[in-house]
Amino acid sequence: MNKEIAWVRKDLLGLEDLSREEIELILATAESFKEVSSREIKKVPALRGKTVVNLFYEPSTRTRVSFEVAAKRLSADVINIATETSSVKKGETLVDTGMNIQALKADIIVMRHNYSGAAVMLARHLDISVVNAGDGWHEHPTQALLDMFTLKEKLGKIEGLNVSIVGDIAHSRVARSNIWGLTKLGAKVTVCAPEMLVPPGIEKMGARVTNDIEVALKNADAVNVLRMQFERDDENAFPQQLEYLKNFGITRERLFKAKKNILVMHPGPLNRGIEISSEVADGVNSVILEQVTNGIAVRMAVLFLVAQGRDKKNETLN
Amino acid sequence: MKLLIKSGRVIDPANNIDSVLDVLIENGKVACLQKEITSKADKIIDASAKIVIPGIVDMHVHLREPGREDKETVASGTQAALKGGVTSLLAMPNTCPAIDSSENAELLKGIIKKSAQCNVLISAAITKSRLGKEITDIAGLKKSGAIAITDDGASVDDEKIFLKALQKAAKEKILVIAHCEDKALSKNGVVNLGFISTKLGLRGISRESEYLRVERDIGLAQKAKAAIHIAHVSCKESVEIIAKAKKKGITVTCETAPHYFTLSEEDVVGYDTNMKINPPLRAKEDLAAIREGLRSGIIDAIASDHAPHTENEKDIEFDRAEFGKIGLESGLAVCVQELIGKQILDWPELVRKISLNPAKILGVDKGQLSVGQDADIIIIDPAREFILTKETIVSKSKNSPFLGRKVKGVVEYTILSGKIVYEEVCK
Repeated sequence: MNKEIAWVRKDLLGLEDLSREEIELILATAESFKEVSSREIKKVPALRGKTVVNLFYEPSTRTRVSFEVAAKRLSADVINIATETSSVKKGETLVDTGMNIQALKADIIVMRHNYSGAAVMLARHLDISVVNAGDGWHEHPTQALLDMFTLKEKLGKIEGLNVSIVGDIAHSRVARSNIWGLTKLGAKVTVCAPEMLVPPGIEKMGARVTNDIEVALKNADAVNVLRMQFERDDENAFPQQLEYLKNFGITRERLFKAKKNILVMHPGPLNRGIEISSEVADGVNSVILEQVTNGIAVRMAVLFLVAQGRDKKNETLN
Repeated sequence: MKLLIKSGRVIDPANNIDSVLDVLIENGKVACLQKEITSKADKIIDASAKIVIPGIVDMHVHLREPGREDKETVASGTQAALKGGVTSLLAMPNTCPAIDSSENAELLKGIIKKSAQCNVLISAAITKSRLGKEITDIAGLKKSGAIAITDDGASVDDEKIFLKALQKAAKEKILVIAHCEDKALSKNGVVNLGFISTKLGLRGISRESEYLRVERDIGLAQKAKAAIHIAHVSCKESVEIIAKAKKKGITVTCETAPHYFTLSEEDVVGYDTNMKINPPLRAKEDLAAIREGLRSGIIDAIASDHAPHTENEKDIEFDRAEFGKIGLESGLAVCVQELIGKQILDWPELVRKISLNPAKILGVDKGQLSVGQDADIIIIDPAREFILTKETIVSKSKNSPFLGRKVKGVVEYTILSGKIVYEEVCK
């Protein structure tokens, strides 16, 4: 582990703000935590006595469970709050909810929210740690970190890799976090989507843009396939489902033309037969389930580091 | 009652005055402007090294009363106005109820009579409840004192209805103030559409949603031969369209607001909801175009678009927060800092934009220091800097995008009809 750089942040809100060294520190920390999950007793005492609150304003199974497993393997106490059963339904504001959780002496809030910027706002109001588990279309830093962890594990490095992200870029927090993180670590990122789903100025974030899937796959070391959320198209920006599969779907035929060892990633849940064919999702190039496994190690690292960062902050204040 | 202002730099573009003069005020009127007035007075103000100008005429203010007294009242808003050097303002009609009938106009007039601290001019809605469907009784509203009509906060979407309203306005010789926004295009947007909206993951508001409506509204006003004024111009294309119309001789005026030549979409980074404004803070190139429009004279006026909101409505998720920001108390200082300081306007030109032109556009006898005129005058220390903080804000709401910002130009005295109605305490 790189000893020169220390983690001093109390929160993880996005990858845009992080330096290359901070991202590398998270990945290195995750590497050391990965082994825990293969032990017979899958637990270390790193966060014993700490309380982690999962505050989810959007339905999510995989991310919430992944964070819960990660926190438990660090021996933290975990409380799950889903908005359906909370006082949010009674009109409580986000800040009030956060202040109440803080008053319960929780240490870390892991929040998923449907509005962009919600985690940034909450973190500004609280002294305890906030980990962004996805906010609107803005960022989903732990997803990008686990994607990067998987890339590094499989391909040995990130610097110089060609990574293509395919799908609804406009509405994707996964795409944004991946672009920030990957470009900071020296990868070349291409985003590929129908024109209507490429948000303006995305190239200023450091990504190359194409509307041609052949271009996106050519020379790619990895392709990250985004979920197409057809049910959420309130702007009539989406093409027809079948048309999408025809023009952008990741199929075996398309992979034949790509690099032989191209990694196929997907943040889940899958729309089989829409953005990705079953053959590819279950095929030899797919690392989709390994991503899920790696997600635990990455989230353990993040929880561990922000807890440390907050303690360091308090030390300097005292 | 005689008031004598000594040795200030008096700037009155209406009379082409910009020199060190004494101003004598008698019986609430400007009595005399000349060097070295020796006449006795009840009070003498030494204004040396200060600037003396006609009080600001702010033609775009949301006072929120009646209906939303938790945000602002006529009393608190006009008190804030005096602190900012505003002696006359045009109250926007999007209150609850909207000023869409003579009854409601009379209701507002009653409140003004009881509690206004400065001159409050009244505007009325173009359509009932500002819904864009049924045109109000424009003649009746004019009789009740409205000097302009606007559905501000909304545009009248239906072209036939808007044309009809313009024709009626032309007949009544009443000004139409257009809020130019095609909501079909801006729907759900919260920030300017572009790199910043992409980066922040927020829905964008395109420039087309503004300028296509500017173009439409000018065209319809021309057809109706009505006087039209475009409110809160924020983007480059709007300035170009207005420039073209003016060149063709079409009667159109427009205003911008201090935030459009000071702040840009980049200030939204960090999700500060005080930066959530409609029209949105635009790109750097728009900011430059607004400055150039002010310099060249295409943009006639500067107004605050003072839009108070409570903390409850602002200290929430960006998407859910209300649009708008306050500006009565910061407007002049931001103008001095950004326009005079950066040599975009000189003082006489600034006074034209904040006092004389708005008065002319509204057709009121204000914004100048001619002898016999109501003595609405402000005295400014142009060199003094200050930092705008929540604690110093008089307005009921504190949603300023300029909090923490160092600005320049302090209003030391506000004089309304010859009476000192505001005097800076800790001079």
